[in-house]
Amino acid sequence: MAGLITMDDLTNEQILSILDDAERLLPVARGEIYLPLLQGRILGNLFFEPSTRTRMSFETAMKRLGGDVVNLGDVKTSSVVKGETLFDTIQMVDGYTDIIAMRHPRQGAAQYAQDAARVPILNGGDGAGHHPTQTMLDLFTIKQAHGRLEGLKVVLAGDLRYGRTVHSLSHALTRFGCELIFASPDLLNMPEEIVSDLRSHGANVIETEDLYGSMADADVVYMTRIQKERFADEDEYARCAGAYKLHARHLSDVKQDMIIMHPLPRVDEVDPSVDTTRHARYFEQAFNGVVARMALLCRLLGVTVPAKIEGGAL
Amino acid sequence: MSNEHSMRRVTAIRNGTVIDHIPSGQAMLVLEMLGIAGATAVPVSLVMNVPSKKMGSKDIIKVEDRELTQSELDRLALVAPDARVAIIRAYSVAEKLTINLGEELVNVVRCTFSNCITTNLREPQAHRLKVVQRDPLQLRCHYCGRPQNLGELANNVL
Repeated sequence: MAGLITMDDLTNEQILSILDDAERLLPVARGEIYLPLLQGRILGNLFFEPSTRTRMSFETAMKRLGGDVVNLGDVKTSSVVKGETLFDTIQMVDGYTDIIAMRHPRQGAAQYAQDAARVPILNGGDGAGHHPTQTMLDLFTIKQAHGRLEGLKVVLAGDLRYGRTVHSLSHALTRFGCELIFASPDLLNMPEEIVSDLRSHGANVIETEDLYGSMADADVVYMTRIQKERFADEDEYARCAGAYKLHARHLSDVKQDMIIMHPLPRVDEVDPSVDTTRHARYFEQAFNGVVARMALLCRLLGVTVPAKIEGGAL
Repeated sequence: MSNEHSMRRVTAIRNGTVIDHIPSGQAMLVLEMLGIAGATAVPVSLVMNVPSKKMGSKDIIKVEDRELTQSELDRLALVAPDARVAIIRAYSVAEKLTINLGEELVNVVRCTFSNCITTNLREPQAHRLKVVQRDPLQLRCHYCGRPQNLGELANNVL
């Protein structure tokens, strides 16, 4: 395969097989076993937009597998401020590295970069477009908790309009026959073209503003932050901010094995009182970013993850 | 009014290209898309809103002393997909061409989504819109994947 730009680049079989690889790589991600599968390989981290988890987890994933990382660094001090085009930047980094992880504020930037590059591009988020590596770690977290992806009932809540995480995830969940409930304030509804796309692919989608009433028989509740930086209008942000504040007291009637996920960072949409409940999974989810990205790096670089990983402890 | 009468509203041309069955009111845009709007070295005749049995009303363009190529004509698929094109030599129809929409429009129009990577005009790669559906026409940007607003696309002709 070339790169990973959207989840459409992976078949369901490939998704499950990469998740299996990730499962086996867990002790490597935790640092319990040293397995230098990617020794001698270099990852180029091109983050044109701020990122903490995605950038750090890519870097950790590469280093846990014995590979190395070069960073674009701060965009404000790179050649981007001198007016360099994305095409030119990619030409340069393509020559320096074996694979590129990229985040860019413009939608379509990842596909554009892939068309310009020789090495595979891993899309780490392009505007309000796609974020497939996040989707892979989300799927991994869901499968870890429920043992399957098929036929689950998943509530996606918060900023569904600008949240690229939920765009990619809802497409993937549809492919595994999940029932989707979109809970959002009116201004932040899932874009119409995505809802109609999902329905045309056979998705059972319910749209509502009532988050708490939707959780009773859910298997997963996926919370997202209302992203201030995506609003042009302060008043509109003020109208939506704080729409949902999930608190431990809201969880008395939910299923025992229901999990609460969040791509982080959170503001106040998930109260810290939830952290100590059996349902909270967002910190494990953040850790899973490392293992999912390890599996993806191996797959895209054509490196086979051994069927059995043992020994070689540090 | 007969079709022949509509065609004869302007003089027959000796050599060149006739584009018939352009949707009413789109002729100016067609000229713009072909890069022959404004000052040009070749004579261009244009009739607009003439009666048509098939379309109700239509526009017609005649470009003298220039034979438009198939790839130039394919650019028109967006605004005049059913246009009929004739290459004229010595007052006779020498060739009939049809407009072919193809699978993708390359460097014909720019994506209409304001946050698409292609809105940076200095980016050198081709503008690419994929044909998702032909009737009614639906296009998506190859890069950002956004469905295109056909009304707005007319303003984004390259």
